[in-house]
Amino acid sequence: MTTYIIRRLIQSLFVLLLVTIIVFLAMRLLPGDPILMYLTMRDVEGSTQEQIDALRKEFGLDKPWVVQYAEWISGVVRGDLGKSILHRGSVTTEIIRRIPITLHLGALAFLISILIGIPAGIISAIKRGKWLDTVVTLLANLGITVPIFWLGILLIYFFSLYLRVLPVFGYTSPFKNFWMSTRQIIMPVFCLSVFAIASGARQTRSSMLEVMRQDYIRTAWSKGLRERVIIVRHALKNALIPVVTLKGMSVSYIIGGSVLIETVFNIPGMGRLAVDGVLSQDYAIVQGVILVIATAVTLVNVVVDISYGWLDPRIRYG
Amino acid sequence: MIEEDTLRTDLAGISPRLSEFRRFSRVFFSRGVVVFGIMVIFALIATAIFAPWIASYDPYMQNLDEVLQKPSSKHWLGTDAIGRDTLSRIIYGTRTSLMIGVVAITIAALMGMAMGLVAGYFGGTTHAMIMRFIDALMAFPMILLAMVIAALLGGGLRNVMVALGIGLLPAYCRLMCGQVLSIKENDYVLAARTIGGSNFRIMIRHVVPNSLPPLIVLITMNMGMAILAEAGLSFLGIGIEAPGAAWGAMVSDGYLYLLTHPILSFAPGFAIMLVVFAFNMMGDGLRDALDPRLRGTL
Repeated sequence: MTTYIIRRLIQSLFVLLLVTIIVFLAMRLLPGDPILMYLTMRDVEGSTQEQIDALRKEFGLDKPWVVQYAEWISGVVRGDLGKSILHRGSVTTEIIRRIPITLHLGALAFLISILIGIPAGIISAIKRGKWLDTVVTLLANLGITVPIFWLGILLIYFFSLYLRVLPVFGYTSPFKNFWMSTRQIIMPVFCLSVFAIASGARQTRSSMLEVMRQDYIRTAWSKGLRERVIIVRHALKNALIPVVTLKGMSVSYIIGGSVLIETVFNIPGMGRLAVDGVLSQDYAIVQGVILVIATAVTLVNVVVDISYGWLDPRIRYG
Repeated sequence: MIEEDTLRTDLAGISPRLSEFRRFSRVFFSRGVVVFGIMVIFALIATAIFAPWIASYDPYMQNLDEVLQKPSSKHWLGTDAIGRDTLSRIIYGTRTSLMIGVVAITIAALMGMAMGLVAGYFGGTTHAMIMRFIDALMAFPMILLAMVIAALLGGGLRNVMVALGIGLLPAYCRLMCGQVLSIKENDYVLAARTIGGSNFRIMIRHVVPNSLPPLIVLITMNMGMAILAEAGLSFLGIGIEAPGAAWGAMVSDGYLYLLTHPILSFAPGFAIMLVVFAFNMMGDGLRDALDPRLRGTL
């Protein structure tokens, strides 16, 4: 088991190295020039070639790609993600400032998706064909369908502009003003979790139905075990494997969704930083944000792989 | 060949192809939502084709005398900030959504399947290299990957399609690879090799056709996802350029007038939802009909 974990981690490290190369090359192949972009934004189009060259030198963009990559990677290893062209500050500082915000929203959304999605799927499977199943299935089908940015706008219209019960947008740290913070994040967290709740419920339902057909469940019934024991101990644990895979993937969906939701609700998190970085072609920002996100997603995948063994001892790690 | 055909007919009594088709259509059309989805998709295709005849206004025509009109008999869904008819723009938007969906999925499916086929069939180092590359792509959330690629290629409809195609590719590659790994162990592949079939011929004639059913399901399921992702990108301002009619961009433009003219955002978003729902339901129906064993795995 330990060998497996170590091997998986080394493999992940290799994948992340590939990610850095892909991102680095992608950013360098962008048709625009970040320095000119920066100058245009600052409205100093009249700057001389010397000034442009000086800026290029300041950000190390005058060196060959290989050198740039090597410098960037050696910085990354030491926790230095480079210097933002747009903010002129350290990317690491900017990201560290924003991570808690995205993590706060994302972790809550993930937790809610487990607490609602999985039970909803189980209930729907047990009550197959009844009205409750119909309602849950319909809601789940709508949940995987709705464009979350649009849902966010609908919620803002209804709860903030029409009913005036929730603040329109923004973000406050829960340590500063817990009540305000909670009121502000209700809608964004709900939007972020909708897809994960719905896909989780769908997956749980169908894999529960699949497992309930198995012989060992019939055996459990005929032994006279209580329904609760059969559902929780025998069926659920086996039905959870595809659900766990999906939950791992939903971390990626939630992070991707935060790109949209942080834009709708004007939340200064990682997702918003990624959009701003891409739109202003700020190499260092985009590289840094993507590396952090890719590391998170890759680590989640390792955890998912390891948890299979706990759920199903038949799975051996070779 | 004649002998084989006679044998088959003797065994089954009726043509096996026909009964298979009957089984397929019985399951496929059995659920109401699936039929609803199919109807919506047909309506969508018709709207996209006949957009100029259905829409009462030119979707690009600005009419500064009629900006931000409320819904009326003249403009059923009102007009936007520069006097363009919302309904007409939604009607033309079907073209954008449908085209992006179809082309992006085609790119994803062709490239992903080709990579998965090669990885699964040859195994070893080839398999390891392709799969690690796919792992690296999967470390990005899809919309982020598409966003970076679209920005990299410089926006525009064509580039968004390529970006989404690459973003959706990993799922096809992995599914195809898994299919090929099990199919290549079959006796008919061994038989084909024994009689001297080349690798290429075995892949195209034997492996690909047998691996298709789950991929077809993935393709339909992904149509909705591609349309959603495109809407998200155009909402962020990445993708289709200014005057073009894209639903996501319409939601974003309308957001500015949410307080006074909520319909500008609500209507295009509802269109996205309806279409994605239709494709998802058709995908569900197709999954149940094509391969009951797949129920729950996608």
